[in-house]
Amino acid sequence: MGLNLVAIVISAILVNNFVLMRFLGICPFLGISRRLSTAVGMGVAVIFVMTLASAITWVFQHTLLTPLGLDYLQTVVYILVIASLVQFVEMVIQKTSPALYQALGIYLPIITTNCAILGVAFINVREHYSFLESVVNGFAGGVGFTLAIVLFAGVRERLDVAETPAALQGVPIALISAGLMSVAFFGFQNLFHFLLS
Amino acid sequence: MRGLLHDFRNGIIPENPLLRLVLGTCPALAVSTAVMNGFWMGVAVTFVLTGSNLLISLIRGVIPARVRIPCFIVVIATFATVVDLTMNAFLPEMHRILGIFVPLIVVNCIILARAEAFASRKPALNAVADGLGMGLGFTLALVAISSIREILGTANLVVAGWPVFGAGLPFNPAQVMVMPPGAFIVFGLIIAALNLLTRRSRRPGACC
Repeated sequence: MGLNLVAIVISAILVNNFVLMRFLGICPFLGISRRLSTAVGMGVAVIFVMTLASAITWVFQHTLLTPLGLDYLQTVVYILVIASLVQFVEMVIQKTSPALYQALGIYLPIITTNCAILGVAFINVREHYSFLESVVNGFAGGVGFTLAIVLFAGVRERLDVAETPAALQGVPIALISAGLMSVAFFGFQNLFHFLLS
Repeated sequence: MRGLLHDFRNGIIPENPLLRLVLGTCPALAVSTAVMNGFWMGVAVTFVLTGSNLLISLIRGVIPARVRIPCFIVVIATFATVVDLTMNAFLPEMHRILGIFVPLIVVNCIILARAEAFASRKPALNAVADGLGMGLGFTLALVAISSIREILGTANLVVAGWPVFGAGLPFNPAQVMVMPPGAFIVFGLIIAALNLLTRRSRRPGACC
């Protein structure tokens, strides 16, 4: 059980990194990685919402959809649950902690259409994870996203002052840098063999 | 009629969703490992885009402005479910390969962006023309990316079960191209090439 959770954490953060290996959440990864501070803010917001969304979609799946045989409504239910959750979290934070709202508020609305959030819910149900495993997977997935976006923001801050050919400026050079980062993360592919041997 | 043609053509080159607006990047990077995967992903997105554009345009008069985004999302999720179930029934192998990216069409920004920027303001026929054009532009871009990746990564191109280059091209395949890093690099270089050809560089509006 414990070993299983450790495996999920290592897999979600390093081996199958959500952004660089699974291509989930490319949107904020390219859009909000211009500066380190905003990247950190976005990362924390994603960790928070992904953990909550994993928990709540698991509850919906196993108390409502599966018992009633409504699996075909999965997509509709999940996206509505996530959209309401994000809205709800935004309102709660605004009421209870203005400081936190200042820090995370602007990132919350864009998170609804972040495919990493919906993606982790689908992965949880397809891998038949238990409640605890789902929550851990959501949290670790968010940490993996944060790791990637923060590292990438560091790269992009340097790219801004580098001389790039006109045609490559902006998105193209960012994508190519992301490709090189992805190559670096390939180094973790055999981590499991190494740890288990 | 000319208006319809203009709306249709707009999505293919001038405002190509993938290469110009940089929308819908997640599925474009994830499923472009082989040309058939890219093609079917494009077809699925085109269907959802055209269907939701049509329906949203038809009901645009009755949706209250304040709750329009949740309404759009429900419409889009319905069409995404239709595609998911249909592919599962008729193309089970492809459905397995595309995996979670079929239901994830629901958060593909191209669709919500067109609903918000176009379908909710224009008549039904124009919305359909726009959906078909944008869908075709997305499919063409995806087919381009995935064929380059497949040729470089496997030294061959398999279209509908038939290898186009017979026994394969005479070079050692660079496997990294069909792995995640290849997706980023090929996609970046294609956007750069298009910028170079049309002498125009755009700032990103990047999203899923």
